[in-house]
Amino acid sequence: MEKKKLVIGVIGADVHAVGIQILYHAFSDAGFDVTNLGVMVSQEEYIAAAIETKADAIVISSLYGQGELDCRGMREKCDEAGLKGILLYVGGNIVIGKQDFNEVEKRFKAMGFDRAFGPGTAPETTIAALKEDLGVEA
Amino acid sequence: MRPVLLIDFGSTYTKVTAVDTESETLLGTAASFTTIQTDINDGLNNALAMLEEKTGKLDFAARYACSSAAGGLRMIASGLVPELTAEAAKQAALGAGAKIAKIYSYDLTEDDVEEIDALKPDIFLLVGGTDGGNTATILNNAKMVATCKTDFPVVIAGNRSAARQCQRYLEGRETFVCENVMPKFGQLNIEPAQSQIRELFLRRIIQAKGLSRASELISGIMMPTPSAMMRAMQLLAEGTGEEAGIGELLALDVGGATTDVYSIADGMPQDAQTVYKGLPEPYVKRTVEGDIGMRYSIHGIVEAAGGIDRISRLSGIEAEKAQAMVDHLSEHTDEVPSNEEWEKLDFALAAMACETAARRHSGSTEEAYTMAGKVFVQTGKDLRPVRQIIVTGGSLIHTKRTGEIASHALFDPAEPMSLRPMKAQVLVDRSYILAAMGLLAEYEPQVALHIMKKELIPDGYQE
Repeated sequence: MEKKKLVIGVIGADVHAVGIQILYHAFSDAGFDVTNLGVMVSQEEYIAAAIETKADAIVISSLYGQGELDCRGMREKCDEAGLKGILLYVGGNIVIGKQDFNEVEKRFKAMGFDRAFGPGTAPETTIAALKEDLGVEA
Repeated sequence: MRPVLLIDFGSTYTKVTAVDTESETLLGTAASFTTIQTDINDGLNNALAMLEEKTGKLDFAARYACSSAAGGLRMIASGLVPELTAEAAKQAALGAGAKIAKIYSYDLTEDDVEEIDALKPDIFLLVGGTDGGNTATILNNAKMVATCKTDFPVVIAGNRSAARQCQRYLEGRETFVCENVMPKFGQLNIEPAQSQIRELFLRRIIQAKGLSRASELISGIMMPTPSAMMRAMQLLAEGTGEEAGIGELLALDVGGATTDVYSIADGMPQDAQTVYKGLPEPYVKRTVEGDIGMRYSIHGIVEAAGGIDRISRLSGIEAEKAQAMVDHLSEHTDEVPSNEEWEKLDFALAAMACETAARRHSGSTEEAYTMAGKVFVQTGKDLRPVRQIIVTGGSLIHTKRTGEIASHALFDPAEPMSLRPMKAQVLVDRSYILAAMGLLAEYEPQVALHIMKKELIPDGYQE
């Protein structure tokens, strides 16, 4: 079966370069075809890459607390660009301070994200979710 | 002595260059009007007669030619995302020495098809999608191109999953499938499409344009003129297996209608504080500024300079008068400076042409403040370490102030985001032989390299 395609990267003015490399290897090893956009990625870059590669999911990382601001309007832009229904994940230290993650998750889901992952999530958790959502047999 | 003749059939002039490949010297050059309407050999013979007046009768061992006559190699390309595969298509076409009539992105429309028919390209380059990626757009575009009424070959260099289907849609037309210009996201692979374009140029375009009549006399038209220029620059930078070149360089060819810029340089970020964004650019890069030229595109220079005031300041000519002179030149495109004042105007125009074209060709950087401190975001090539600028084109080689003009292509502290060379030696193509040397490089690279090193004159200009 053809590999499912992911576009990943660290959004905004965030330069955390190590984690995204780890995710790239973890997702690739798990059998995904991964396009890694690296750090300081804009919404438009995720979308352009997803269009050209016909990606099944966009996985956004954010570690510097500004994720909520950076992710605003992402779903609408995907719709506008013809990526209707593309799977959108976000994870990392996506908000500032110690907030109740259930609340945070609710806010990101309201913004159109399919899943949001809190600090300290293991790659395996995300991989399992991707497999489930994309209908990949484990 | 072993004389070799190198011919450049230009849109206006047919230029001939004679070299002796034994002594590795330039024997002479001459130019006469191109006669594409009647017989292309008339212009060539006129130029040859002028050449032999200077050199005496020459018994040529070989004759090679390049051409940009009859509109050059005109191409249209379509890609998917403007900054990605459409940009890759543009790089491929420019690098193949083509003139770009139009680049489309996303889905072609019926209006686009009409426009393509009106533009009558020599070759259409169809791309879009990474391998295994999007197929919808390239398939749609193949169907749309199939409805064009004009006949042109199509080079298909997009998502490989869609290539054969595109060919089926385009049945009845000459089609060629090449490797994808962007097989993986952000990976540029333009050489296979380029060599296909070149092969088509040699086999088909030359004949279609009535240039083949020249081929009885000469060993063949080998390439479009911009390709010859690019080849010369790459040879000069890299050298041959036996002899080193002069290293990374930036070359400016300021013409009457357009300005071509070439860089032979890596240009990737030099430190860990810099993040690269966008499609990586080719090591051998060519850009063409269609709105920057000393006569036909003179208004474009003024506009890019932000208005006549800058031209006025640089030339020392009062603004109103400078504007009147510019308007005059746009109407009288064959005029060359006749006195000091016209020379001053041309100096200012050429300086602005160099500055604008070099700025557009070079990459740029932006400062960004992050939690980890200051970082730089780079797009395009960082040419700051480049130490050689090569200049050619009438307005730059027929003036004493070449170095001063070319210095406008350098890094400007007032504009630190533009990644132009920090400082550079200016080398001038005084005898106007670079395209000819690119042709010669195909057969005798060592000789071409030696002649270039001899004939390119360092300009003594100091800041």
